[in-house]
Amino acid sequence: MTMQRHQYDVVIVGAGGAGLMAALYATKKGAKTAVLSKLYPTRSHTGAAQGGIGAALGNLEEDHPEWHTFDTVKGSDYLGDQDAIEFMCYQAPAIVYELEHMGLPFSRTPDGRIAQRPFGGHTNNRTGKPVRRACYAADRTGHMILQTLYQQSIKHNVTFFNEFQVLDLILVNGKVAGVVAIDIATGTIHVFHTKAVVFATGGWGRLWEITSNAYTLTGDGAAILFRRGLPLEDMEFYQFHPTGIYKLGILITEGVRGEGGVLINDKGERFMERYAPTVKDLASRDVVSRAIYIEIKEGRGINGQRYVYLDVRPETVNKYAAIDGRTRPDGSPYVVTAEELLQKLPDIIDFSRTYLGIDPMAEPIPVQPTAHYAMGGIPTNIKAEVLADEKGTVVPGLYAAGETACVSVHGANRLGTNSLLDIVVFGKQAGIHAAEYALGTDFEPLPKDAADFAISQLETLRNSKGSERIADIANEMKRVMMDHVGVFRTEEGLTEALNTIRELKERYKHIHLDDRGKIFNTELLSAWELGNLLDLAEVTTVSALARTESRGAHWREDYPKRDDKNWLKHTLAWKRENGEIELRYKPVVITKYPPKERVY
Amino acid sequence: MQVTLKIFRYNPEKDSAPHYETYTLEAEPTDRVLDLLEKVKSYHDGTLAFRRSCAHGVCGSDAMRINGVNRLACKVLVKDLGTTNITIEPLLGLKVVKDLIVDMEPFFENYRKVLPYFINDEPPPPDGRERLQTPEERERFDDTTKCILCGVCTTSCPTFWADGQYFGPAAIVNAHRFIFDSRDRGAQQRLEILAQDSGVFRCRTAFSCTEACPREIQITKAIAEVKRAILTGRLD
Ligand SMILES: Cc1cc2nc3c(=O)[nH]c(=O)nc-3n(C[C@H](O)[C@H](O)[C@H](O)COP(=O)(O)OP(=O)(O)OC[C@H]3O[C@@H](n4cnc5c(N)ncnc54)[C@H](O)[C@@H]3O)c2cc1C
Ligand code: FES
Repeated sequence: MTMQRHQYDVVIVGAGGAGLMAALYATKKGAKTAVLSKLYPTRSHTGAAQGGIGAALGNLEEDHPEWHTFDTVKGSDYLGDQDAIEFMCYQAPAIVYELEHMGLPFSRTPDGRIAQRPFGGHTNNRTGKPVRRACYAADRTGHMILQTLYQQSIKHNVTFFNEFQVLDLILVNGKVAGVVAIDIATGTIHVFHTKAVVFATGGWGRLWEITSNAYTLTGDGAAILFRRGLPLEDMEFYQFHPTGIYKLGILITEGVRGEGGVLINDKGERFMERYAPTVKDLASRDVVSRAIYIEIKEGRGINGQRYVYLDVRPETVNKYAAIDGRTRPDGSPYVVTAEELLQKLPDIIDFSRTYLGIDPMAEPIPVQPTAHYAMGGIPTNIKAEVLADEKGTVVPGLYAAGETACVSVHGANRLGTNSLLDIVVFGKQAGIHAAEYALGTDFEPLPKDAADFAISQLETLRNSKGSERIADIANEMKRVMMDHVGVFRTEEGLTEALNTIRELKERYKHIHLDDRGKIFNTELLSAWELGNLLDLAEVTTVSALARTESRGAHWREDYPKRDDKNWLKHTLAWKRENGEIELRYKPVVITKYPPKERVY
Repeated sequence: MQVTLKIFRYNPEKDSAPHYETYTLEAEPTDRVLDLLEKVKSYHDGTLAFRRSCAHGVCGSDAMRINGVNRLACKVLVKDLGTTNITIEPLLGLKVVKDLIVDMEPFFENYRKVLPYFINDEPPPPDGRERLQTPEERERFDDTTKCILCGVCTTSCPTFWADGQYFGPAAIVNAHRFIFDSRDRGAQQRLEILAQDSGVFRCRTAFSCTEACPREIQITKAIAEVKRAILTGRLD
């Protein structure tokens, strides 16, 4: 196999919001930096984010980073590390201004400031009512963040290797020495000799059948590190967003409810009143997703089907705004028109028209919970350094940021708008610290056989002699994850899922690929990605089976209560040499906010 | 229902020339064309190559020609095509690398030429907060902020096909996004670039780009505004 070598101080894997932010800072710090991305940067899924980025700017009403901190701690169901959460929420205003100074076209308030809207779980801590904290650019905030950061990367001459897929991490004496990647266009293997690596490879929503995540979100980074003997943290905490388009899973932003949209069951009831009397439709995502499942289970899905309505017709919005006594910032009653909603939510209206053939100004949107966001992932600290164990031992030269990392700022449940914040805050930390580290250290010698493992993985797949189609294995995995490792879980279901996943891992050894070529062999790479997903499915299920309590997004029907006495701790999972998964635990960092019952 | 897909195939490792393959498969009227391509790849021929990621029209990966029109495969439903015979081909005007995958580099090269980034060396407000911009000023360039760089517009432009030198509509859209941003100070530089031979005046107002844009950007209007700004030296 032909091979090429490169040498960089810092290699960044991934060019979403987290990777680009890291790249900008590492480059600015003077480290020779390369970004490797399997997608052209602007194709990254950060571009799909709609609703907003959270920061207590207080542009429309009183707000404080302290309130943002508390809301995030509470939203995390007290599993988030409070030092990290506080750090992120206090950095938030400055980093949003930094994005604005880079040219990000935020929507504006009448007095020319960054516009802000309410989002689930973000509250005025005095009244408990929703607060306008989500800074937005219409309903394409992520698109604008991704575009802006990519534009800045062009301006600052960041070096990119686009459509390069990283396959392996090389550690020598426990320190980073390089990564191995394939140039997708040619099939050539490239070895990058480097002092520091930042993994910013995003999430793994493709584990589930109904998902808001792109085809390419297959958890490559997390799976690579896991195979290299590093732990993954809190994998049982995976967020289902309440409002995905029925059957397709395409996301309908919480911003729709922020603008006054409500969830309605088959009886025409606004059922969130029963589950979260104070904030109702703007309760935390785990709470709303469970409520929808219960409505469906009790027969109140629309026409008995597995969906409910998200109603954002102006007359509905205005009716419930009047009932709630909702007001504008100037104190006048909240009354919307279709034009205003069209302007604030153009993409949502476009999705509904394109995929459902309906106009949400005239008809309600059929929705069901959709797999959305990984709270868990590669354990890191505030400097984005990757941790090797429960004692916080740092892996020299290894960094992770964005959805693939677990700092942990989201704990058991992420609040909307906090991921876009997380990716820029910790992407920046990763870039700064990786560059500083790399500039102060020497290269580890790169072993001669550095690429061997990656090559053998690909060759095994390419030459596999079985008859299994990867699509069949993938579909079976997604189904079992949806049925048993989704919003509601039980010991029985999780055990069944685990058995199935292990069977699928066996079947995976007997796949058949049609494409034996080199150029854009996307079948081969999909097969490799499926291997990653199967590893992550297994560790998610094992972690979920062990946690005999209900907290945030991890809801055990057989253990329906949060159990702080036994379970106020993070899970760490290792893959051991013999293939077994070992679980250990580490305490949650609690600074100011002792755990309390969580009601909305 | 049954649909027949006729797909442009070319594998440089095997084929001396491109050809078409036909696949017949079961489909739902609400299936996306991308779903059909996935089905072919999963169950008929794993060698079929195409790009895709988000599957809902926001990442710009899967621009291709569907029944002769440039579209995102994930944004066209079978029922919207009005026929069960679907021909799928790569974008025109860019080199085919394999099957439906074209080399996008010339497209991005044009994009990079128009200084597609915010330029303003004045210090931000002393309080460290945002530069102010009224909702009206923000609205001025809203339309062109929607671009996802999918290439649909540029590769449906007859001028671009005829002449590789033309920057193409997507690059101009991205220049427009900054030229009309009240906070930006690089308009003059960009207008000079766009006034060159390869710039806006090559546009023959064929409207193909505007009709094709999956984000419904009023591209021809944006190009006209850039032309006017060059001719009048004013940005209003
Ligand atoms: C539909 C949707 C809407 C959302 N809305 C919001 C919102 O309003 N507010 C909010 O805060 N959050 C939102 N989120 C969550 C948030 O957008 C994501 O969590 C976040 O953007 C992830 O960013 P990232 O940089 O970590 O990863 P991504 O943007 O997913 O980027 C991953 C990068 O890694 C690269 N990559 C992956 N594997 C490899 C490999 N093996 N080799 C090389 N490169 C690789 C990819 O090419 C890509 O560049 C939303 C998410 C979705 C799906
Ligand atoms: S796959 Fe993203 S635009 Fe079609």
